[in-house]
Amino acid sequence: MQRAIVSFFAGGLFGAGLVISQMTNPAKVIAFLDIFGNWDPSLAFVMGGALLITFFGYRLVLGKNAPAFETKFYLPTSKNIDGRLISGAALFGIGWGLSGLCPGPAISLSTFGGPNILYFLAGLIGSVAVYRLLFARTS
Amino acid sequence: MGSFTPISATIGGILIGLSAVLLMYGNGRIAGISGILGGVFNGRKDWGWRLPFLAGLIVIPFLIVSLRPEFDVAIFRTHKWTLLIAGIIVGIGTQLGNGCTSGHGVCGNARLSERSIVATIIFMATGIGTVFVSKYLGLY
Repeated sequence: MQRAIVSFFAGGLFGAGLVISQMTNPAKVIAFLDIFGNWDPSLAFVMGGALLITFFGYRLVLGKNAPAFETKFYLPTSKNIDGRLISGAALFGIGWGLSGLCPGPAISLSTFGGPNILYFLAGLIGSVAVYRLLFARTS
Repeated sequence: MGSFTPISATIGGILIGLSAVLLMYGNGRIAGISGILGGVFNGRKDWGWRLPFLAGLIVIPFLIVSLRPEFDVAIFRTHKWTLLIAGIIVGIGTQLGNGCTSGHGVCGNARLSERSIVATIIFMATGIGTVFVSKYLGLY
């Protein structure tokens, strides 16, 4: 139960951050990526603010033996910079630039993004589901 | 377009950072949206923490926009079928590359993970390149 409450509030904080920073506006995300045009650097401040807090926050939290409501920290162990990582990141960037959407804002927009967001979400959730069902793995 | 909003962007970023720290403090989990979403399809075992996170990610923005409609500012630049294709590309890319703007861009970079730093440089570069080409092709 505590785990669910922590998750809900973490998801809520994340969503609030996305809305307040306007990451939920695809046009603003595209303007951030449009460095050769009418560039809007705002979203660098989103990432900067998030990184600053997470960098120092993780140092405090990961110094503990275990999380408050779990037996251990689930941290990625892979160190390989391989073709999967590179091609996956490259593809993600292409879809991000085409739409102005990454997974978090797309999910947050589901109730108020109008019909457009449903097309993106159908593609996103459908492809993630198919991928995971074909290549079952934990993460 | 081109309107610079550094204060709201920084406040939003701080909230996202607090979310990542809270999820690690309480549940020991990385706040990577594509990983949290993908794991939902690997069986019910982890639903107890994954689904509440996704619920919060949907419900709180809905409440904010309901109470303060000025935050409802989404403008879609691309055609709906392009959005569908983009969704598929983002889905496959994030699963193949194990992360997106949150998992690699925030959590992984904060851990100084080499994989995340490389992934962030690559998706920023292809994102910038795609916007450049899309403008040229008139997709927006």
